[in-house]
Amino acid sequence: MLPEAAAWLIIGLPLLAGLICIGALRPWRRGLWPLAGYVGVAGTAGAFALSLAAVNGAMGQGDAGYEPHRWFAVGGRDGFAMTVGVLLDPLSAIMAAVVSGVSAVVQVFSLGYMKKESDAENGAWSDYPRYFAYMSLFTAAMLGLVLAYNLIQLFVFWELVGLFSYLLIGFWHHRPAAAAAAKKAFIVTRIGDFGFLLGILYLFLHRGEFAALGLNPFEIPAILEAAPMLGAGVATWAALGLFAGAAGKSAQFPLHTWLPDAMEGPTPVSSLIHAATMVAAGVFLVARLFGLFEQSAAAMDTVALIGGFTAVFAAAMGLAANDIKRVLAFSTVSQLGYMFLALGVGAPGVAMFHLFNHAFFKCLLFLSAGSVHHSVHTFDMRYMGGVRKWMPATYLAALVGGLSLAGIFPLSGFWSKDEILGAAWGGESAAAPVVFWLALAAAFMTAFYVFRLILMTFHGEFRGGVDAVPYEERIPDEAHHHVHRRESPLVMTLPMILLAVFAIGSGFAANSLVALGPIPAHWFSHFLHEDAPDFSIGVAGASTAVALAGAALAALAYGTRTISFDRFGAPWRFGGRLLAQRFYLDALYEDLIVRRVLHRGLFLASDWFDRRIVDGVADLAGWFGRNGGRAAAQLQTGQVQVYGAAVSMGAAVILIFYLLQR
Amino acid sequence: MLTAIAFTPIIGAALVFAVRAPARTTRLIALAVVVAELALTIWMYAVFSAPQGGYQFVQRADWVPAAGVQYLVGVDGLSAPLILLNGILGVAAVLVSWRVELRVREYFAWLLLLQGAVMGVFASLDLILFFIFWELELIPMFFLISVWGTGRRDYSAMKFLLFTFIGSAFMFAAILALYFSFPAGERTFDMTALIWKDMSSLIVPTSLVFGGFLIAFAVKLPIAPLHTWLPDAHTDAPTAVSVMLAGVLLKMGGYGLLRINAGMFPDQLAAAAPLLAALAVVNVLYGAFIVLRQTDLKRLVAYSSVSHMGFVVLGIASAGAGAAQLNGVGLNGAALQLFTHGTITGLLFVVVGLVYDRAHTRHIPDMGGLAGRMPLIAAGFMIAGLASLGLPTTSGFVAEIMVFLGTFPVYGLATALAAFGVVLAAGYILWTAQRALFGPPRERWSALPDASPIDAAAMAVLIVPIFVFGVYPAPLTDVFEAGVAPIVRGLGG
Repeated sequence: MLPEAAAWLIIGLPLLAGLICIGALRPWRRGLWPLAGYVGVAGTAGAFALSLAAVNGAMGQGDAGYEPHRWFAVGGRDGFAMTVGVLLDPLSAIMAAVVSGVSAVVQVFSLGYMKKESDAENGAWSDYPRYFAYMSLFTAAMLGLVLAYNLIQLFVFWELVGLFSYLLIGFWHHRPAAAAAAKKAFIVTRIGDFGFLLGILYLFLHRGEFAALGLNPFEIPAILEAAPMLGAGVATWAALGLFAGAAGKSAQFPLHTWLPDAMEGPTPVSSLIHAATMVAAGVFLVARLFGLFEQSAAAMDTVALIGGFTAVFAAAMGLAANDIKRVLAFSTVSQLGYMFLALGVGAPGVAMFHLFNHAFFKCLLFLSAGSVHHSVHTFDMRYMGGVRKWMPATYLAALVGGLSLAGIFPLSGFWSKDEILGAAWGGESAAAPVVFWLALAAAFMTAFYVFRLILMTFHGEFRGGVDAVPYEERIPDEAHHHVHRRESPLVMTLPMILLAVFAIGSGFAANSLVALGPIPAHWFSHFLHEDAPDFSIGVAGASTAVALAGAALAALAYGTRTISFDRFGAPWRFGGRLLAQRFYLDALYEDLIVRRVLHRGLFLASDWFDRRIVDGVADLAGWFGRNGGRAAAQLQTGQVQVYGAAVSMGAAVILIFYLLQR
Repeated sequence: MLTAIAFTPIIGAALVFAVRAPARTTRLIALAVVVAELALTIWMYAVFSAPQGGYQFVQRADWVPAAGVQYLVGVDGLSAPLILLNGILGVAAVLVSWRVELRVREYFAWLLLLQGAVMGVFASLDLILFFIFWELELIPMFFLISVWGTGRRDYSAMKFLLFTFIGSAFMFAAILALYFSFPAGERTFDMTALIWKDMSSLIVPTSLVFGGFLIAFAVKLPIAPLHTWLPDAHTDAPTAVSVMLAGVLLKMGGYGLLRINAGMFPDQLAAAAPLLAALAVVNVLYGAFIVLRQTDLKRLVAYSSVSHMGFVVLGIASAGAGAAQLNGVGLNGAALQLFTHGTITGLLFVVVGLVYDRAHTRHIPDMGGLAGRMPLIAAGFMIAGLASLGLPTTSGFVAEIMVFLGTFPVYGLATALAAFGVVLAAGYILWTAQRALFGPPRERWSALPDASPIDAAAMAVLIVPIFVFGVYPAPLTDVFEAGVAPIVRGLGG
């Protein structure tokens, strides 16, 4: 088993790497800047090695059983005692391994990608060490979240993850769209975090019940231990508060709007943070506190229905998007919906399994998009096509990722999606039958948009790349770029190949139906101390059938072009506009609520009230005062003296009064 | 010890004024004084023993024996951190004044006198002495705003003076009423003795005395609707004065509420707690609504102070818990918020001042793209802003979560509403950052220099405590705990 100090180093190594990059390398001489990439990779790779050791330890022992440490305390016995510690059990060990592993791979990819994006030509070479600093610090914060022992400790890292997400989305802060997207991400997730905070406060309200058991209401093992004693009412409110935070971070309806915009960040950032790891933090949070959620049927059904609805809703928006990264972003929202759906029907191990597989294949898809962008310098699929001719490795990687995402047998996505459908089919809650059909519908749509993406990007005739994009639609930084018909360098393709291996194999190898050599059957489920999910040939057949149907429809429309949707006329155009406008939710939030109701309504009225009424009354009182004492008001400095004299006189009067009284 | 702390800046002020030195030398003398003062406060803070509690470093001498007025100074867990805060901000205020060229000797003399007067307020344990220092602070403030200010500085200086003066009148009346309520021989201005007196039968209703103090402190903190002097004073004051005003002067209001209203009148405080909770929500939300309409950077930060001071009031309102539930977390959080807001908003004003020195505008729509030109100043703004919106690992988070934890069990709805202020804070801070710092670099800013070493030092002095106490708050919370304990006992908890 890992000693506790080594477990802290899982957080500490990337933290140290980040601090070196931002504190030592960046202000230092330009000559040292190339080192930043290697420092970042080294720190994260070290964390990955330790995480693998932790997984190995957890296989033998389960929970590592480190004791928390007292940090500070206020208010005495009935007050608030903050503890910190590392909670290393199978769940956090496997999550730490996924986070650090994917992060290390993405940082290797970034060695190639960011060198060009921050080249001297752009005058942005100083971006290079800054990028690796933020990436390393993000990784440290994410690992801190995963390993937190205390719910407030988890919240601290949760917010830090949000901070680095903000800094990375707005990495190119001179681009207005990036600055706006970063702000949007932070504020929308913070609305969810408001719920998280209320959940924390609500637990503190019930600290008496915890104290009776000798427990601290914020320590995660204590919450799980006390959950059955708390009663469904308490569990419902606490769980729903935490779920609000999870929905914000994991971009679930109605807080999903920030994620598609977050694609303004550098593509490897989208890959690591907004696909594989950070957005899964919400899923992790619910899995971490599953014992609490389990106590409340209402909370569980809410999680399942929000997840199921989001799976379909987001997939629909992915059907019509033309920006390759946005399609993948909608897909991420949709797949996260699947994970919540699984949690809501009582299958946290299944949700974690999908998180595990999704991390690989979605990261792979994003890196492929970045690789394509490296050649054509646009993300708009309408200007791509035929790219496979000069990017065979990228094409194969994207194909593997896409087939896995679409849930095609025997790639990894098939296995976990099948387990989710199986869990919903067999679920006994009120929501289970509803979400099963939602999940099946989403599977159809997923296959459609995946094949649309593959066909539009890699097949057919090349449609000109950035050179064909109208000048005014180009990102200013990239206006001078041209298409380079060549495959990306090895430092970028190698990470993709590695991820492709996982996207193919992580499904059946990690949770195989039968033992595979050294790997026992259902390793993943048993590792998390879960029962092995049932495999139903009927469910698997249904999911494969709908996926193939979706793929076939996409092939007919975008491959062979034997069908055209345009013949549906007005309803088709209306649907397209609805999807392109993302069901008008962004407009509702930003234009109607924020701009009109709040900024030009409530806030304007408050400001007016403050200027005219509150301050007006004060000024009016001052006016009467001035006209009452015009003589004193004529000399401003004189007033201070008069005032001083008045105080002295007052004091004298009191003194006399006092002496007379004696 | 405390006498040295209170009078070092005052003697320094006299020294700066008396020595007819060139401007550069004057600045260095002033810097030497505030650095010495900071060293003294750190030493005091290090020696102060939280486990021992009570009043320490007490010095007592008869002053006006006939009236029972004493020279009585001392610190407890409540005042010790605030004295440290004042020491920190003094250094930042002098550093950020490095470019002042107008009547330099007078300027630094007033600035040092201001710091000394505030030290006196926090160190006094005699009500008359407390009141004298409380009033003494007005004089340097008035001149600093009206001579070295900008815009409508005369109006703002006078407004500041009148508001505080009217508040002081209530306080003075309350002090006298309190004094004469006790039979001759038992009359005293000694706060350490007054805490133990039975306040149930005074010559005027106790609630009036309580209310007199409350109004004085509510003006200072400020509590809406008595806040409108603050945006004007901030907007027109020179940078260092804004730093001191937001950093420590407002804290005198919160300190007074805790020391006098909570310490001496626990029953009245518990009765007024629902009202305070309601006012706190108004402060937080109404303040934040107005922030979101501001286009002047200084007015924006000033209203954010109004909003954040609502958290102090909310924490104090947790006193309404009733003896069985009270645990002091909210009161400790309120005290902590005083300290953390002092460093955070002090830093915000430092950064705003640095931007104004360079760009000669505070109008946000005129800015944009500054981050590329001045990365250090932009980083300073982001740190201050993120701390202001309560990001964990900054001290702002610790104070806010303690206020929420302390008050939620008592006033759940009020706390939930006030906690939404955290979302609004994220809105106004990040929107401001987006408009002022980000976006394409502008031609007109291309010649602007980044922070000089002096400017960087002014920021660093404030950034260090923000992170140190944000990551490890125990050195601060343990001391405040010692200060809050008697209040909790007074409330019956």
